Amino acid sequence: MNEAQPVIKVRNLTCGYDDTVVVDDVSFDVMPGEVFIILGGSGCGKSTLLKNMIGLYEPMAGQVFFDDNELTNAQGDQRDRIIRKFGVMYQMGALFGSMSLLQNVMLPLEEFTDLPREAMTMVAKSKLAMVNLENAMYKLPAALSGGMKKRAAIARAMALDPQILFLDEPGAGLDPISSAELDELILKLSKTLGITFVIVTHELDSIYKTADRVIMLDKDVKKIVAEGDPKVLRDTSDDVFVKRFFHRMPSLKPTDTTKHPVAKQGT
Amino acid sequence: MAHQTPPSPHFDANINATIAGDTLRLSIKGHLDAPGTTHVWDPAVATIRQGGFRHAEADCSRIEYMDGAGVALLLKLREEAHHSGASFELHNLRDDYKQLVELTWDRDYPDWEDQTKDRRGLTEALGAATGEVLNGIREMIAFTGEATAIICKTIRHPSKVRWKDVLLSCLAVGVDSLFIIVLIGFLMGLIMSFQSAITLQRFGGEIFVPNMLGLVMFREMGPLVTAILLAARSGSAFAAEIGTMKINEELDALTTMGLSPMRFLVVPKLLSSLTMVPLMIIFFNFASLIGGAVVMLSMGFPLVTFTSRVFTYLSFAGFFSGMLKGLVFAVLVAGVGCLRGMQTRSGASAVGMSTTSAVVSGIVMIAFADGIFAVIYYYLGI
Repeated sequence: MNEAQPVIKVRNLTCGYDDTVVVDDVSFDVMPGEVFIILGGSGCGKSTLLKNMIGLYEPMAGQVFFDDNELTNAQGDQRDRIIRKFGVMYQMGALFGSMSLLQNVMLPLEEFTDLPREAMTMVAKSKLAMVNLENAMYKLPAALSGGMKKRAAIARAMALDPQILFLDEPGAGLDPISSAELDELILKLSKTLGITFVIVTHELDSIYKTADRVIMLDKDVKKIVAEGDPKVLRDTSDDVFVKRFFHRMPSLKPTDTTKHPVAKQGT
Repeated sequence: MAHQTPPSPHFDANINATIAGDTLRLSIKGHLDAPGTTHVWDPAVATIRQGGFRHAEADCSRIEYMDGAGVALLLKLREEAHHSGASFELHNLRDDYKQLVELTWDRDYPDWEDQTKDRRGLTEALGAATGEVLNGIREMIAFTGEATAIICKTIRHPSKVRWKDVLLSCLAVGVDSLFIIVLIGFLMGLIMSFQSAITLQRFGGEIFVPNMLGLVMFREMGPLVTAILLAARSGSAFAAEIGTMKINEELDALTTMGLSPMRFLVVPKLLSSLTMVPLMIIFFNFASLIGGAVVMLSMGFPLVTFTSRVFTYLSFAGFFSGMLKGLVFAVLVAGVGCLRGMQTRSGASAVGMSTTSAVVSGIVMIAFADGIFAVIYYYLGI
């Protein structure tokens, strides 16, 4: 792994909405085959960073490279070629509601390959089997539970066998079991297929279980406040942000009763 | 000076106020739940607003029960006391209620949300509004350009079109609207013939009703009413469908799969509207003729008189001018419906707003385009 080139390079990326900067001037690399997690509290710009990395939003400054090809300024065919390298699972799955799971997974195949129809169907079925949804493939997304939708979305993202999968909050809104199943799936895909994962999450359990490396963002600093192995960070870091996050310390103002005495006993 | 709220059989809360020197002593007793608090709120607040003291103390020893309403009362009393520059203290509050009060005691309560947006002047508001309008126009032009480019592309590569989606959309836009098109057409033909027949009868000119009906329906009302129905039925549906997809991140999913939402969602809808609207207009027109025929038959004219008069006075130019208008209306309505869907912001109410806006903009654009057509056709002599 020492000689390996990073699959994604993010350089001086600044992103936000309108004129509010959410993430300011961050740079990092994602190495092939690793499970890379972007973590941080709510509102720290994790999802914004992800959407800038996959080219959905135009960053305010900076570049994103996939295997040395810059996505940020790519146009037309060049852009399509870069986009084809990764798949994305959105927070709510974003499956197309009018199509069955099978049709959802087949869609990218129909659009970008010339496989015979039978082959496409089989590829799509096997992708669904990979996420253990072979018994639900003719259902519409509305008939599925949240965890199933997310797994189906992973199957769709993998339809064209991308090298990289981006997952936006895979554990959000799931019960612990579904969430754990999803973690298992991530580990399985990462180990057997060597897929690189870039995951946005704040679920500590999933982080410890799946992550090879994390970067941590903070809402106020707007930069990366920590980087490395999550367990090492948890056990050794002295950084206040890291401690607060990994040890679940709330930053609520402690009630200082000396300043505003609420009640005195006796008059 | 003493103030006492009248004791009440139902709400057994009350507040006694006494002023001694520069200290106001409030003695609160009873049930400070919602009804009890309602009962004492106004007198209590009025008392503390009068001022004339530097310290206020509330003796809470006789509070028997307290919930959120009671906490609010205490907070309000504290706020009013602080406003008049006095201190406010609670005494003898039971421990469990003390914990309840402490949860929210030590906070600042802003009176209103202090946002720069609220404080901007007329000039700035005017500028912002103009900017929004210009932005809307810019987006519309960009959308038109993109749609045109992508339609030209599909003409060159018809295999790139998702024909199944076009077909489904045709069913939704055209076939499913057949009933309402025919119904409205029939009724409009019937009503217009009837109304004009009554007027013309005075001059013995009922015979001219078919001339009028053919011209008006084929040239004007057919395309216009069909387009308005399209805006109401399909323009709104387009906006709602695309808007919901946007909220569910489905549009983002398409984009990152390398599929353009334009080609995937907008083109099938534009194509289906373009193919269905002429058919819908024809159905509308003929249904209106049937309505007119019913009126004429009931007035004792033979059917052949009606049909021959309609078709002698209706020229090909008239027919096709109506059709051309209909095509333009179809593009405008379907286009603006899709555009509004794409512009949907986040939240369920945003979908409602895009749907409304799709219908309103659709109808406004139909009216403008119709005016422009009227002028052009006048100069062309059609």
